[in-house]
Amino acid sequence: MSSFRGRDVLSIRDFTPADIQLVLRTARKMVPIAVGEKRSRSLEGKILSTLFYEPSTRTRLSFESAMARLGGRALGFSSAEGTSVQKGETLADTIRMVEAYSDAIVLRHPHEGAARLAAEFTEKPVLNAGDGAGQHPTQTLLDLYTIWDEKGSFEGQSVTLVGDLKYGRTVHSLAYALAELGAHLTFVSPPTLEMPPEILEQVKEKGLSFRAAHRLEEVIRDTDVLYVTRIQKERFPDPQEYEKVAGSYRVDMDVLRDAKRGLIIMHPLPRVTEIAPEVDRTKHAVYFKQAFNAVPVRMALLDLILGEGA
Amino acid sequence: MRELRVTPIKNGTVIDHIPAGLALKVLKILGIGDAVTSTVTVAMHVPSQAMGWKDIVKVEDRELGGRELDKIALIAPTSTVNVIRNYNVAEKRPLALPDRAVGILRCANPNCISNVREPIESSFVVRSKSPLRVVCKYCDRELEDIVSHIL
Repeated sequence: MSSFRGRDVLSIRDFTPADIQLVLRTARKMVPIAVGEKRSRSLEGKILSTLFYEPSTRTRLSFESAMARLGGRALGFSSAEGTSVQKGETLADTIRMVEAYSDAIVLRHPHEGAARLAAEFTEKPVLNAGDGAGQHPTQTLLDLYTIWDEKGSFEGQSVTLVGDLKYGRTVHSLAYALAELGAHLTFVSPPTLEMPPEILEQVKEKGLSFRAAHRLEEVIRDTDVLYVTRIQKERFPDPQEYEKVAGSYRVDMDVLRDAKRGLIIMHPLPRVTEIAPEVDRTKHAVYFKQAFNAVPVRMALLDLILGEGA
Repeated sequence: MRELRVTPIKNGTVIDHIPAGLALKVLKILGIGDAVTSTVTVAMHVPSQAMGWKDIVKVEDRELGGRELDKIALIAPTSTVNVIRNYNVAEKRPLALPDRAVGILRCANPNCISNVREPIESSFVVRSKSPLRVVCKYCDRELEDIVSHIL
Protein backbone atom coordinates (compact mmCIF):
# COMPACT_ATOMS: atom_id res chain seq x y z
CA MET A 1 0.00 0.00 0.00
CA SER A 2 1.28 3.41 -0.89
CA SER A 3 2.20 5.85 1.85
CA PHE A 4 -0.10 8.29 0.09
CA ARG A 5 -3.38 6.76 1.15
CA GLY A 6 -5.37 9.29 3.18
CA ARG A 7 -2.48 11.69 3.25
CA ASP A 8 -2.68 15.51 3.37
CA VAL A 9 -0.97 17.61 0.70
CA LEU A 10 -0.12 20.81 2.54
CA SER A 11 3.39 21.85 1.49
CA ILE A 12 5.92 20.58 -1.03
CA ARG A 13 8.30 20.19 1.92
CA ASP A 14 6.25 17.22 3.11
CA PHE A 15 7.31 15.34 -0.05
CA THR A 16 10.53 13.35 -0.29
CA PRO A 17 12.19 13.03 -3.71
CA ALA A 18 10.80 9.45 -3.85
CA ASP A 19 7.26 10.77 -3.15
CA ILE A 20 7.65 13.30 -5.96
CA GLN A 21 8.87 10.63 -8.38
CA LEU A 22 5.87 8.44 -7.54
CA VAL A 23 3.47 11.30 -8.27
CA LEU A 24 5.21 12.06 -11.57
CA ARG A 25 5.20 8.44 -12.75
CA THR A 26 1.53 8.05 -11.76
CA ALA A 27 0.67 11.29 -13.57
CA ARG A 28 2.20 10.00 -16.79
CA LYS A 29 -0.04 6.93 -16.63
CA MET A 30 -3.04 9.24 -16.20
CA VAL A 31 -2.48 11.16 -19.44
CA PRO A 32 -4.61 8.89 -21.72
CA ILE A 33 -7.48 9.16 -19.21
CA ALA A 34 -6.99 12.92 -18.85
CA VAL A 35 -7.38 13.42 -22.60
CA GLY A 36 -10.44 11.16 -22.75
CA GLU A 37 -8.82 8.32 -24.74
CA LYS A 38 -9.24 5.84 -21.92
CA ARG A 39 -11.85 5.59 -19.19
CA SER A 40 -11.35 5.05 -15.49
CA ARG A 41 -13.80 4.34 -12.67
CA SER A 42 -11.14 4.16 -10.00
CA LEU A 43 -12.72 6.87 -7.82
CA GLU A 44 -16.33 5.90 -8.49
CA GLY A 45 -18.52 6.73 -5.51
CA LYS A 46 -15.96 9.14 -4.06
CA ILE A 47 -16.75 12.78 -3.45
CA LEU A 48 -14.26 15.65 -3.47
CA SER A 49 -15.10 18.98 -1.79
CA THR A 50 -13.57 22.02 -3.46
CA LEU A 51 -13.70 24.94 -1.03
CA PHE A 52 -12.49 28.06 -2.80
CA TYR A 53 -12.62 31.08 -0.49
CA GLU A 54 -11.11 33.12 -3.30
CA PRO A 55 -11.53 32.54 -7.00
CA SER A 56 -9.07 30.44 -8.98
CA THR A 57 -10.70 29.13 -12.11
CA ARG A 58 -7.77 27.11 -13.36
CA THR A 59 -7.02 25.28 -10.14
CA ARG A 60 -10.65 24.54 -9.27
CA LEU A 61 -11.64 23.36 -12.73
CA SER A 62 -8.60 21.13 -13.11
CA PHE A 63 -9.31 19.49 -9.73
CA GLU A 64 -12.95 18.96 -10.70
CA SER A 65 -11.96 17.65 -14.11
CA ALA A 66 -9.40 15.30 -12.52
CA MET A 67 -12.05 13.93 -10.14
CA ALA A 68 -14.61 13.47 -12.92
CA ARG A 69 -12.09 11.71 -15.20
CA LEU A 70 -11.53 9.14 -12.46
CA GLY A 71 -15.26 8.53 -12.06
CA GLY A 72 -15.71 10.56 -8.87
CA ARG A 73 -17.81 13.63 -8.12
CA ALA A 74 -16.87 17.12 -6.92
CA LEU A 75 -18.94 19.64 -4.98
CA GLY A 76 -18.09 22.95 -3.43
CA PHE A 77 -18.08 26.71 -3.82
CA SER A 78 -15.97 29.10 -5.84
CA SER A 79 -16.10 32.14 -3.57
CA ALA A 80 -16.97 32.78 0.06
CA GLU A 81 -19.96 34.89 -0.96
CA GLY A 82 -23.31 33.39 -0.09
CA THR A 83 -21.81 30.69 2.16
CA SER A 84 -21.94 30.30 5.94
CA VAL A 85 -18.51 31.96 6.02
CA GLN A 86 -20.26 35.27 5.51
CA LYS A 87 -22.32 34.57 8.62
CA GLY A 88 -19.07 34.41 10.56
CA GLU A 89 -18.45 30.67 10.63
CA THR A 90 -14.87 29.73 11.43
CA LEU A 91 -12.85 27.72 8.93
CA ALA A 92 -12.52 25.00 11.59
CA ASP A 93 -16.34 24.63 11.79
CA THR A 94 -16.75 24.66 8.00
CA ILE A 95 -14.19 21.87 7.72
CA ARG A 96 -15.89 19.78 10.43
CA MET A 97 -19.14 20.11 8.51
CA VAL A 98 -17.69 19.38 5.06
CA GLU A 99 -15.87 16.34 6.42
CA ALA A 100 -19.24 14.63 6.72
CA TYR A 101 -20.10 15.31 3.05
CA SER A 102 -16.98 14.17 1.22
CA ASP A 103 -13.94 11.92 1.09
CA ALA A 104 -11.29 14.60 0.57
CA ILE A 105 -11.14 18.39 0.77
CA VAL A 106 -9.42 20.81 -1.60
CA LEU A 107 -8.95 24.23 -0.01
CA ARG A 108 -7.99 27.62 -1.44
CA HIS A 109 -7.97 30.30 1.25
CA PRO A 110 -6.67 33.87 1.55
CA HIS A 111 -4.85 33.26 4.87
CA GLU A 112 -1.44 31.61 5.14
CA GLY A 113 -1.54 28.37 7.10
CA ALA A 114 -5.27 27.78 6.44
CA ALA A 115 -4.72 24.31 4.96
CA ARG A 116 -2.64 23.21 7.94
CA LEU A 117 -5.37 24.40 10.26
CA ALA A 118 -8.01 22.58 8.18
CA ALA A 119 -6.01 19.35 8.38
CA GLU A 120 -6.05 19.58 12.18
CA PHE A 121 -9.86 19.54 12.21
CA THR A 122 -10.53 16.58 9.95
CA GLU A 123 -9.45 12.99 9.50
CA LYS A 124 -10.11 13.29 5.77
CA PRO A 125 -7.21 14.27 3.52
CA VAL A 126 -6.79 18.00 2.85
CA LEU A 127 -5.19 19.23 -0.38
CA ASN A 128 -3.84 22.77 -0.22
CA ALA A 129 -4.80 24.63 -3.39
CA GLY A 130 -3.08 27.84 -2.28
CA ASP A 131 -3.10 29.60 1.10
CA GLY A 132 -2.55 33.35 0.77
CA ALA A 133 1.07 34.04 -0.11
CA GLY A 134 2.01 30.63 1.32
CA GLN A 135 2.10 27.22 -0.31
CA HIS A 136 0.54 25.83 -3.47
CA PRO A 137 2.05 22.33 -3.61
CA THR A 138 -0.05 20.90 -6.45
CA GLN A 139 1.13 23.76 -8.69
CA THR A 140 4.71 22.88 -7.79
CA LEU A 141 4.08 19.23 -8.64
CA LEU A 142 2.64 20.07 -12.04
CA ASP A 143 5.60 22.36 -12.72
CA LEU A 144 7.94 19.53 -11.77
CA TYR A 145 5.98 17.11 -13.94
CA THR A 146 6.33 19.43 -16.93
CA ILE A 147 10.11 19.67 -16.51
CA TRP A 148 10.45 15.90 -15.98
CA ASP A 149 8.17 15.06 -18.88
CA GLU A 150 9.99 17.42 -21.26
CA LYS A 151 13.58 16.90 -20.11
CA GLY A 152 13.53 13.39 -18.66
CA SER A 153 15.29 14.25 -15.39
CA PHE A 154 16.10 17.03 -12.94
CA GLU A 155 19.70 16.34 -12.10
CA GLY A 156 22.10 18.72 -13.79
CA GLN A 157 19.36 20.68 -15.58
CA SER A 158 20.01 24.39 -15.55
CA VAL A 159 16.73 26.02 -14.47
CA THR A 160 16.40 29.80 -14.60
CA LEU A 161 13.60 31.45 -12.64
CA VAL A 162 12.82 34.93 -13.90
CA GLY A 163 10.52 37.77 -12.85
CA ASP A 164 9.04 38.53 -9.43
CA LEU A 165 11.00 36.16 -7.21
CA LYS A 166 10.18 38.03 -4.02
CA TYR A 167 6.40 37.73 -3.85
CA GLY A 168 5.70 34.92 -6.34
CA ARG A 169 4.79 31.94 -4.20
CA THR A 170 5.12 29.40 -7.01
CA VAL A 171 8.81 30.17 -7.45
CA HIS A 172 9.60 29.71 -3.75
CA SER A 173 8.21 26.18 -3.57
CA LEU A 174 9.61 25.33 -6.98
CA ALA A 175 13.13 26.52 -6.06
CA TYR A 176 13.03 24.44 -2.90
CA ALA A 177 11.85 21.30 -4.72
CA LEU A 178 14.29 21.69 -7.62
CA ALA A 179 17.18 22.12 -5.20
CA GLU A 180 16.10 18.91 -3.50
CA LEU A 181 16.02 17.13 -6.86
CA GLY A 182 19.48 18.27 -7.93
CA ALA A 183 18.81 20.97 -10.53
CA HIS A 184 21.13 23.98 -10.95
CA LEU A 185 19.26 27.19 -10.22
CA THR A 186 19.65 30.69 -11.59
CA PHE A 187 17.56 33.57 -10.28
CA VAL A 188 16.94 36.58 -12.54
CA SER A 189 14.95 39.49 -11.14
CA PRO A 190 14.97 43.25 -10.68
CA PRO A 191 16.98 44.22 -7.56
CA THR A 192 13.75 45.05 -5.67
CA LEU A 193 12.15 41.66 -6.40
CA GLU A 194 14.99 39.26 -5.56
CA MET A 195 14.53 35.81 -4.04
CA PRO A 196 14.08 36.16 -0.24
CA PRO A 197 17.14 35.22 1.86
CA GLU A 198 15.33 32.36 3.66
CA ILE A 199 14.69 30.61 0.34
CA LEU A 200 18.33 31.05 -0.68
CA GLU A 201 19.30 29.60 2.69
CA GLN A 202 17.16 26.51 2.04
CA VAL A 203 18.74 26.04 -1.38
CA LYS A 204 22.20 26.31 0.19
CA GLU A 205 21.23 23.76 2.85
CA LYS A 206 20.70 21.27 0.05
CA GLY A 207 24.37 21.76 -0.78
CA LEU A 208 23.66 23.23 -4.18
CA SER A 209 25.17 26.26 -5.76
CA PHE A 210 23.01 28.85 -7.44
CA ARG A 211 23.61 32.13 -9.18
CA ALA A 212 21.71 35.38 -9.33
CA ALA A 213 21.60 37.86 -12.21
CA HIS A 214 19.73 41.00 -13.11
CA ARG A 215 19.69 40.46 -16.86
CA LEU A 216 18.19 37.55 -18.76
CA GLU A 217 20.69 37.93 -21.63
CA GLU A 218 23.54 37.07 -19.25
CA VAL A 219 22.22 33.58 -18.56
CA ILE A 220 19.96 32.50 -21.44
CA ARG A 221 22.83 30.81 -23.29
CA ASP A 222 23.23 27.96 -20.81
CA THR A 223 19.63 27.64 -19.58
CA ASP A 224 17.69 24.40 -20.13
CA VAL A 225 14.43 25.47 -18.48
CA LEU A 226 13.25 29.08 -18.33
CA TYR A 227 10.46 29.60 -15.78
CA VAL A 228 8.86 33.00 -16.30
CA THR A 229 6.60 34.72 -13.76
CA ARG A 230 4.56 37.87 -13.96
CA ILE A 231 5.87 41.11 -12.47
CA GLN A 232 2.81 42.70 -10.91
CA LYS A 233 2.16 46.35 -11.52
CA GLU A 234 1.00 46.96 -7.98
CA ARG A 235 4.51 46.22 -6.65
CA PHE A 236 5.68 49.51 -8.16
CA PRO A 237 4.54 52.88 -6.82
CA ASP A 238 5.63 54.55 -10.07
CA PRO A 239 3.96 53.23 -13.28
CA GLN A 240 6.91 54.40 -15.40
CA GLU A 241 9.30 52.41 -13.26
CA TYR A 242 7.07 49.35 -13.75
CA GLU A 243 7.10 49.73 -17.54
CA LYS A 244 10.88 49.98 -17.52
CA VAL A 245 11.42 46.96 -15.29
CA ALA A 246 8.74 44.75 -16.84
CA GLY A 247 10.06 45.49 -20.33
CA SER A 248 13.55 44.36 -19.43
CA TYR A 249 12.33 40.88 -18.41
CA ARG A 250 10.19 40.27 -21.44
CA VAL A 251 10.96 37.06 -23.31
CA ASP A 252 10.86 37.65 -27.06
CA MET A 253 12.62 36.36 -30.16
CA ASP A 254 15.53 38.73 -29.55
CA VAL A 255 16.22 37.27 -26.13
CA LEU A 256 15.91 33.73 -27.50
CA ARG A 257 18.49 34.29 -30.23
CA ASP A 258 21.24 32.79 -28.06
CA ALA A 259 19.06 30.14 -26.43
CA LYS A 260 19.84 26.43 -26.48
CA ARG A 261 17.95 24.44 -29.07
CA GLY A 262 16.28 22.30 -26.39
CA LEU A 263 15.31 25.20 -24.09
CA ILE A 264 11.77 24.98 -22.71
CA ILE A 265 9.84 28.04 -21.51
CA MET A 266 7.31 27.67 -18.70
CA HIS A 267 4.83 30.07 -17.11
CA PRO A 268 2.20 29.42 -14.39
CA LEU A 269 -0.24 31.65 -16.36
CA PRO A 270 -2.06 33.95 -16.72
CA ARG A 271 0.63 35.92 -18.55
CA VAL A 272 0.36 39.54 -19.48
CA THR A 273 3.27 40.88 -21.50
CA GLU A 274 6.20 38.90 -20.09
CA ILE A 275 6.25 36.44 -23.00
CA ALA A 276 5.77 37.85 -26.49
CA PRO A 277 2.99 36.09 -28.50
CA GLU A 278 5.41 35.11 -31.29
CA VAL A 279 7.20 32.86 -28.78
CA ASP A 280 4.03 30.71 -28.57
CA ARG A 281 4.78 29.31 -32.02
CA THR A 282 8.31 28.18 -31.15
CA LYS A 283 9.10 24.70 -29.89
CA HIS A 284 10.41 26.30 -26.72
CA ALA A 285 6.92 27.21 -25.51
CA VAL A 286 5.45 24.57 -23.19
CA TYR A 287 3.24 26.79 -20.99
CA PHE A 288 -0.05 25.63 -22.46
CA LYS A 289 1.02 22.03 -22.08
CA GLN A 290 1.99 22.90 -18.52
CA ALA A 291 -1.58 24.13 -17.93
CA PHE A 292 -2.94 20.84 -19.30
CA ASN A 293 -0.56 18.90 -17.02
CA ALA A 294 -2.56 20.19 -14.07
CA VAL A 295 -5.16 17.52 -14.81
CA PRO A 296 -3.02 14.33 -14.91
CA VAL A 297 -0.96 15.52 -11.92
CA ARG A 298 -4.07 16.23 -9.82
CA MET A 299 -5.55 12.92 -10.99
CA ALA A 300 -2.39 11.18 -9.81
CA LEU A 301 -2.61 12.79 -6.39
CA LEU A 302 -6.32 12.03 -5.99
CA ASP A 303 -5.85 8.44 -7.11
CA LEU A 304 -2.87 7.89 -4.80
CA ILE A 305 -4.72 9.41 -1.87
CA LEU A 306 -8.24 8.05 -2.41
CA GLY A 307 -7.96 5.16 -4.85
CA GLU A 308 -8.57 1.52 -3.96
CA GLY A 309 -5.27 0.53 -5.48
CA ALA A 310 -3.45 3.08 -3.35
CA MET B 1 29.38 42.19 55.73
CA ARG B 2 27.73 42.88 52.40
CA GLU B 3 24.39 44.62 52.69
CA LEU B 4 21.52 42.74 51.11
CA ARG B 5 19.81 44.89 48.52
CA VAL B 6 16.87 42.54 48.27
CA THR B 7 15.48 40.93 51.37
CA PRO B 8 14.55 37.24 51.50
CA ILE B 9 10.94 36.31 50.92
CA LYS B 10 8.91 33.85 52.95
CA ASN B 11 6.95 32.17 50.18
CA GLY B 12 7.00 32.64 46.43
CA THR B 13 9.41 32.50 43.50
CA VAL B 14 12.84 34.02 42.95
CA ILE B 15 14.02 34.42 39.37
CA ASP B 16 17.73 35.06 39.53
CA HIS B 17 20.52 35.44 36.97
CA ILE B 18 18.29 37.25 34.51
CA PRO B 19 20.54 38.91 31.92
CA ALA B 20 20.84 42.58 32.92
CA GLY B 21 18.11 44.69 31.39
CA LEU B 22 15.51 41.96 30.91
CA ALA B 23 13.76 42.18 34.32
CA LEU B 24 10.95 44.36 32.99
CA LYS B 25 10.32 41.91 30.17
CA VAL B 26 10.10 39.11 32.71
CA LEU B 27 7.50 41.17 34.60
CA LYS B 28 5.57 41.56 31.37
CA ILE B 29 5.63 37.80 30.80
CA LEU B 30 4.34 37.18 34.31
CA GLY B 31 1.51 39.61 33.68
CA ILE B 32 2.57 41.75 36.59
CA GLY B 33 0.66 44.98 36.25
CA ASP B 34 -2.07 46.69 38.22
CA ALA B 35 -3.97 43.66 39.43
CA VAL B 36 -1.17 42.13 41.47
CA THR B 37 -2.13 41.03 44.97
CA SER B 38 1.29 40.23 46.37
CA THR B 39 4.61 42.01 46.67
CA VAL B 40 6.96 41.98 43.69
CA THR B 41 10.58 43.04 44.13
CA VAL B 42 12.74 43.91 41.17
CA ALA B 43 16.49 44.43 41.34
CA MET B 44 18.18 45.67 38.21
CA HIS B 45 21.84 45.82 37.34
CA VAL B 46 23.06 43.88 40.36
CA PRO B 47 26.75 42.87 40.40
CA SER B 48 27.20 39.17 39.71
CA GLN B 49 30.38 37.13 39.87
CA ALA B 50 29.30 34.86 37.07
CA MET B 51 27.57 37.32 34.77
CA GLY B 52 29.07 40.72 35.51
CA TRP B 53 25.63 42.26 35.87
CA LYS B 54 22.27 40.65 36.33
CA ASP B 55 18.62 41.33 37.21
CA ILE B 56 16.53 39.61 39.89
CA VAL B 57 12.75 39.35 40.23
CA LYS B 58 11.05 38.09 43.39
CA VAL B 59 7.34 37.38 43.40
CA GLU B 60 5.80 36.68 46.78
CA ASP B 61 3.08 34.10 47.36
CA ARG B 62 3.13 32.79 43.81
CA GLU B 63 4.81 29.65 42.43
CA LEU B 64 5.56 29.78 38.74
CA GLY B 65 5.16 26.83 36.44
CA GLY B 66 4.30 25.54 32.96
CA ARG B 67 3.90 28.18 30.30
CA GLU B 68 5.28 30.97 32.47
CA LEU B 69 8.56 29.06 32.67
CA ASP B 70 8.49 28.36 28.93
CA LYS B 71 8.07 32.05 28.24
CA ILE B 72 10.97 32.99 30.52
CA ALA B 73 13.08 30.28 28.85
CA LEU B 74 12.39 31.95 25.52
CA ILE B 75 13.86 35.32 26.44
CA ALA B 76 16.23 34.52 29.31
CA PRO B 77 17.20 30.83 29.21
CA THR B 78 20.14 31.33 31.59
CA SER B 79 17.90 32.47 34.46
CA THR B 80 17.37 30.30 37.54
CA VAL B 81 13.94 29.85 39.06
CA ASN B 82 13.71 28.89 42.74
CA VAL B 83 10.48 28.24 44.59
CA ILE B 84 10.68 29.48 48.17
CA ARG B 85 8.65 27.97 50.98
CA ASN B 86 9.10 29.23 54.54
CA TYR B 87 12.30 31.14 53.61
CA ASN B 88 13.95 28.02 52.14
CA VAL B 89 14.54 26.98 48.56
CA ALA B 90 11.96 24.22 48.27
CA GLU B 91 12.42 23.54 44.56
CA LYS B 92 14.68 24.57 41.73
CA ARG B 93 12.64 24.65 38.57
CA PRO B 94 14.83 24.08 35.53
CA LEU B 95 14.27 26.28 32.53
CA ALA B 96 14.22 24.25 29.35
CA LEU B 97 13.34 25.71 26.04
CA PRO B 98 10.65 23.49 24.55
CA ASP B 99 10.86 22.23 20.94
CA ARG B 100 7.51 23.85 20.31
CA ALA B 101 6.29 27.12 21.75
CA VAL B 102 2.52 26.67 22.01
CA GLY B 103 0.22 29.50 23.02
CA ILE B 104 3.00 31.80 24.18
CA LEU B 105 3.89 33.80 21.06
CA ARG B 106 1.82 35.67 18.51
CA CYS B 107 2.70 35.34 14.83
CA ALA B 108 3.91 38.63 13.34
CA ASN B 109 2.30 37.86 9.98
CA PRO B 110 -1.08 39.63 10.03
CA ASN B 111 -2.29 37.33 7.25
CA CYS B 112 -1.51 34.15 9.19
CA ILE B 113 -4.52 31.96 10.00
CA SER B 114 -3.39 31.90 13.65
CA ASN B 115 -4.22 35.63 13.85
CA VAL B 116 -7.79 35.09 12.66
CA ARG B 117 -10.71 34.12 14.90
CA GLU B 118 -10.21 30.34 14.83
CA PRO B 119 -10.26 27.83 17.70
CA ILE B 120 -6.50 27.21 17.73
CA GLU B 121 -3.48 28.25 19.77
CA SER B 122 -0.46 29.80 18.14
CA SER B 123 2.34 27.30 17.67
CA PHE B 124 5.98 27.83 16.78
CA VAL B 125 8.65 25.29 15.98
CA VAL B 126 11.97 26.11 17.67
CA ARG B 127 14.43 25.82 14.80
CA SER B 128 17.49 26.85 16.77
CA LYS B 129 18.01 27.51 20.48
CA SER B 130 21.13 29.62 20.31
CA PRO B 131 20.54 32.04 18.72
CA LEU B 132 16.84 31.55 19.29
CA ARG B 133 14.95 31.10 16.02
CA VAL B 134 11.29 30.13 15.82
CA VAL B 135 9.06 29.45 12.81
CA CYS B 136 5.25 29.62 12.82
CA LYS B 137 3.75 26.15 12.38
CA TYR B 138 0.90 27.57 10.33
CA CYS B 139 2.34 30.15 7.93
CA ASP B 140 5.94 28.91 8.00
CA ARG B 141 7.36 32.39 8.62
CA GLU B 142 10.24 33.03 10.98
CA LEU B 143 9.37 35.35 13.87
CA GLU B 144 11.88 38.23 13.84
CA ASP B 145 11.30 40.15 17.07
CA ILE B 146 10.42 37.36 19.49
CA VAL B 147 10.29 39.36 22.73
CA SER B 148 7.67 41.81 21.54
CA HIS B 149 5.43 38.97 20.35
CA ILE B 150 5.11 37.20 23.68
CA LEU B 151 1.42 36.80 24.56
